[in-house]
Amino acid sequence: MEYFLIIVSAIFVNNILLAQFLGICPFLGVSNKLSTATGMSGAVCFVITLATVVTYLLNRYLLVPFGLQFLQTISFILVIAALVQMVEIVLKKISPSLYQALGIFLPLITTNCAVLGVAITVVTKDFALGGAAPHMLNLGQATVYALATSLGYGLAMCLFAGLREHLAGCDVPKAFKGLPIALITVGIMAMAFLGFSGIV
Amino acid sequence: MSKWHFITDGFVKNNPTFVLVLGMCPTLATTTSALNGLEMGLATMFVLVLSNIVISLVAPMVPDKVRIPVYITVIATFVTVLQLLMQAFTPAAYETLGLFIPLIVVNCIVLGRAEGFANKHSVGESALDGIGVGLGFTASLTVIGIVREILGSGSLFGWKFLPGDGILAFVMAPGAFLVLGYLMVLFNKYLAKK
Repeated sequence: MEYFLIIVSAIFVNNILLAQFLGICPFLGVSNKLSTATGMSGAVCFVITLATVVTYLLNRYLLVPFGLQFLQTISFILVIAALVQMVEIVLKKISPSLYQALGIFLPLITTNCAVLGVAITVVTKDFALGGAAPHMLNLGQATVYALATSLGYGLAMCLFAGLREHLAGCDVPKAFKGLPIALITVGIMAMAFLGFSGIV
Repeated sequence: MSKWHFITDGFVKNNPTFVLVLGMCPTLATTTSALNGLEMGLATMFVLVLSNIVISLVAPMVPDKVRIPVYITVIATFVTVLQLLMQAFTPAAYETLGLFIPLIVVNCIVLGRAEGFANKHSVGESALDGIGVGLGFTASLTVIGIVREILGSGSLFGWKFLPGDGILAFVMAPGAFLVLGYLMVLFNKYLAKK
């Protein structure tokens, strides 16, 4: 039950893009076409889940026992940067087709604040789910949270890319062209997602 | 006064929010009130100025291939310094801005200025550029915060001048996107007129 609540809350209620504002730059940058949006979502999903597991273990078994939590920011970002590089190398070797699909997005992901944001959230924030007392997530829950969050990212990204493909053909006033109208569209989408609040 | 333009450029020509469209996450997330926007802007400026100074000093010694990891390490160091300072001296602000203080590390403005300006300019110029872009970012965030606070809670910098709650949506997520979108439209109109 708890896993189910984590999933629903991460995908719909606290959608990472529309409610938490993480990873907005690539969201606005690559959502022009549905195909690039799916590619980026796949890459983000992969990296967020992997990075969260690694940083969770790093925090649990290295930083906390030695009282080094103040090094979280700097160590997490370095681990994420190294991890992204490694994923790129491994993917190139073992699955060229997947590399073709995700490759160009991987370097962009290091500076995607969604990755660092989720990694920091799971080790610092107390979660209160379904009336239970607030507590830190364990490794399994943290992994599920990361996976669900990145699915929420993919959902919002693909929905928005679909809308934006239609926007491209619309006659918008000159001052609204490009980003302004896109932002207003996201605003309306975020309003729709507000409708989910309260179900968890 | 020939160096004055390093500071003024950050306001209009290179405005990080409305022209370069960088650092959108803190822009949208922390501007629920004018004060929060101002605090976030100043926190970013702190990191921006110091990392610009250090990066312009070390850039000639760093091999090209490893420059990005080096820059990120420098920036992350100053973010950690900022986190510790804020925890000690402004715990309330640290609490409200929360996650977005450590996330200054991945703010594209900071890395963007390191890569695009500080590594090929002198220390003084880099410091001025950091101040300029930082002030531009702070100004944009404060303006967005002011609009959202007036519409969303009927107050300004915490001073309440309208009775009642205001339009709640403007303090919540959708308002951030809408206000930024419409302000960008106004900014485009202003640029087109010039």
